[in-house]
Amino acid sequence: MHELSIAHSLVELAVEAAENSGIRRVQALYMKLGVLSGVVKEALEFSFDVVIEGTPLEGARLVIEDVPVKIFCPNCREARVLPEPFPMRCPLCGTKTGQVIEGREMELYALEGGEEDAGDDN
Amino acid sequence: MQETTISPRIVEIRQNVLKKNDLLARDLRKRFQETGVYVVNLVSSPGAGKTTLLTELLSRLGKRHKAAALVGDLATENDAERLRQSGAKVRQIITGTVCHLEADMIERTLEGWDLNEIDFLFIENVGNLVCPASYDLGENQRVVLFSVTEGEDKPVKYPTIVNSADLAIITKIDLAEAVEFQRERFYEALNDVRSGIPVLEVSVRTGEGIDEWITRLEADREAFEKATGSL
Ligand SMILES: [Zn+2]
Repeated sequence: MHELSIAHSLVELAVEAAENSGIRRVQALYMKLGVLSGVVKEALEFSFDVVIEGTPLEGARLVIEDVPVKIFCPNCREARVLPEPFPMRCPLCGTKTGQVIEGREMELYALEGGEEDAGDDN
Repeated sequence: MQETTISPRIVEIRQNVLKKNDLLARDLRKRFQETGVYVVNLVSSPGAGKTTLLTELLSRLGKRHKAAALVGDLATENDAERLRQSGAKVRQIITGTVCHLEADMIERTLEGWDLNEIDFLFIENVGNLVCPASYDLGENQRVVLFSVTEGEDKPVKYPTIVNSADLAIITKIDLAEAVEFQRERFYEALNDVRSGIPVLEVSVRTGEGIDEWITRLEADREAFEKATGSL
């Protein structure tokens, strides 16, 4: 299970991003997770809760958006979303393809939080 | 003490969670390119015969090229010991509880090696078909190995790793008949997740496919050299 390593990387990235964007208290992390990312969502959620303890992210929610596989069909010359990750065939014409456009993402795409107003006591 | 108010807002980040690993992998790839090292990342389940095959490959490849290997293992040095019998430079990466290799482990383990003295570097990943898929190690190609004893539908059970691989190798092909390996079903499963992936069938016992693999590696390295003007 590598989700624990990934949760660590996620937290590290989020803490850095929060600092850079002036967010003092992170309330939620929004993440895109491709179905081909090789990451088990439940394991990541579990790991996240463990990893944030004692960090500036403590108490934050992890919101995961699943990204389906989008392939390029060389026959139709179109990008198409697959209902299932495999078989990797064009759902319209049945052509097999290995050209994955989306579905491997493991991306932190937004943080929700607040800047404490000026004059606070830190 | 003043009351603290928070005005919530959303900030777009859009960064790969494994950004740190990917940046490091990019640096490694650049270093390999500058020093002329062609890097192959091998992934498989435990028991697919990866170490045995790599030992045989290194023995043969070592006659014409300078080859080296890094081997990832949870706890023991056994695999490294076996690989050293090939005469190649070998280093072990003990990962402890970590089920995959990451770019920083590669970087640390290479310390002290003169990369100019290496033509081919093989990275034997930890026996696992799930976790290594997420980590770029700066390799030129990723090879996924399956043995005939693992069943024909194995590729569709591990679509992520297969989809990111450049070559599939079927090991223990001499046992195909004995275990009633259904070749067509296996190829079908493989093509369901990675259409058009090249496949090699090998056996360490009979030697089948190993020289073919070497020829392929030499061609790949040469093509890489032409494309980048690096070696
Ligand atoms: Zn199509």
